[in-house]
Amino acid sequence: MKKGTLKQILLITDGCSNKGEDPAGVAALAYQQGITVNVIGILDDDQTEDAEGLREVEDIALSGGGVSQIVYRETLSQTVQMVTRQAMTQTIQGFVNKELKQILGSNQSLEDVEPEKRGEIMEVVEDLGETSDLEVVVLVDTSASMHEKLPTVKESLIDLSISLNSRIGKNRFCIFSFPGKRKDIQKVLDWSPQLNSISEVFPKLTSGGITPTGPALREAMYQFGKKSLLRSFRNENESDVEETGY
Amino acid sequence: MKMNQTWKKQDIDFKPGTQITGKWHKKQYKIKRKLGKGAIGTVYLCESGGKLAALKISDKGTSMTVEVNVLKSLQQVQGSRLGPYLLDVDDWVSPYGVTYSFYVMEYLKGESMSLFIKSHGNVWVGVFLLQLLEDLEKLHQSGWVFGDLKLDNLMVLSSPTRVRWVDVGGTTQKGRAIKEYTEFYDRGYWGLGTRKAEPSYDLFALVMVFLNIYYPRRFERVPQSEKLLYKKIDNVKPLEPYRNPLKKAIAGKYQSSAEMKRDVVKILYQVQNKSRIKKKSNQKVSNIPFYIEIGGISVIALGYYLISLLF
Repeated sequence: MKKGTLKQILLITDGCSNKGEDPAGVAALAYQQGITVNVIGILDDDQTEDAEGLREVEDIALSGGGVSQIVYRETLSQTVQMVTRQAMTQTIQGFVNKELKQILGSNQSLEDVEPEKRGEIMEVVEDLGETSDLEVVVLVDTSASMHEKLPTVKESLIDLSISLNSRIGKNRFCIFSFPGKRKDIQKVLDWSPQLNSISEVFPKLTSGGITPTGPALREAMYQFGKKSLLRSFRNENESDVEETGY
Repeated sequence: MKMNQTWKKQDIDFKPGTQITGKWHKKQYKIKRKLGKGAIGTVYLCESGGKLAALKISDKGTSMTVEVNVLKSLQQVQGSRLGPYLLDVDDWVSPYGVTYSFYVMEYLKGESMSLFIKSHGNVWVGVFLLQLLEDLEKLHQSGWVFGDLKLDNLMVLSSPTRVRWVDVGGTTQKGRAIKEYTEFYDRGYWGLGTRKAEPSYDLFALVMVFLNIYYPRRFERVPQSEKLLYKKIDNVKPLEPYRNPLKKAIAGKYQSSAEMKRDVVKILYQVQNKSRIKKKSNQKVSNIPFYIEIGGISVIALGYYLISLLF
């Protein structure tokens, strides 16, 4: 059975966008094209959880079909890997639920199946999550307030690649920061299966004043298209996932 | 998406005396008190048909299903009770119409391993090490890896004294990526290996369990973590006999728990022998004053005898 590729954008930010189009709108657009958008909001040690700028975090993930989480700096590593895995399960579960609806009728979902059967279905979901290929565009906010958080972000991304590379399925990552020098985003690392090489690149990041989250998301979305013709083949495989859902 | 909605469900907080009836199997449970709360769900002590049991309930249906799958497959591992025994799996619909998943398992009542060792002595370090290696061996042989092995997930039950696993939620099939982990126990965090589910992953965590007993506040990683961990092992006197196998497990040199168990058994045997030899030589030493005493008494007796001969 050929497994499809899951596509994710992982946005790491600490506050509100202040330039360009609405990020939640762009996230919805990405979701329409089979890309889930996950958001991690980083709090300062003295901030409370309902800090105003971080409301946007939840909105973006909701319309991007992804997962959002707001964390303090120390717990970032585990959150990054948890959010990514959770979003994968969620996406696959979405496929499986769609299939279930076709079989059981439109009002049925996993919750309406008796617990014994549910176990078997979840086994399939887990199995797909383990073996599917995964592509992640990591989008790091490098506006001024993020500056001292960047070393932690770097560590947690290396940690993410340890986790994901322990899976059976293949992974590819690329990293962008925003705002870029002249453009909305700037490439930090091109598509690569490992993130170990980011140690050298990361300290060179400069921080700017504006936060164009929306335009940056749009650019990130296009990165999935830039990988030559291969993508269109992958897309076909992806519909494969839906059919071979279980 | 459906998941996002489920997340907004209210946290459950049952008062003692609450009655819960399963949606599918219609079994009734009476809540007695809260036992604990984790990342996925809350565990309550409950009563059903006059018997006590532990009930875990959560709004994260999928994670609960995964846990139930693990518990079920552990039940199939022959000849041993690796996790708590699973009694029932069902849903509960709240008065507001929200569905929560729950499962009921055997209630394991015990003491934490570090408290037990503190009050009963370091001799138990070797015993627990062996018991855990034995269980891990069985688990690994049946194709699973524990994953989230840590002090909080272990409990010492009495008569007979045996360490048991209480939370097996992180158990992962061999060859896959570890599902759940805790940084201090995770070799990936220390830069000493992958997060692939293989026996050596559990053995690393096992060493960290024993370090955590003697470093309750834990400690953080440094660029060269291997040396740090070796030093931490060396600094704990009760772990001294097991230094070598513990270090080998940190370095990932054991392919199976059986290998590590063999080394530990050898050491325990040597330790016993040594203490026996010590006792024997002690006896020899104590024999000398005994002979002196006998000699002294006979000299005095002889003296009296000679004197009695003179008069």
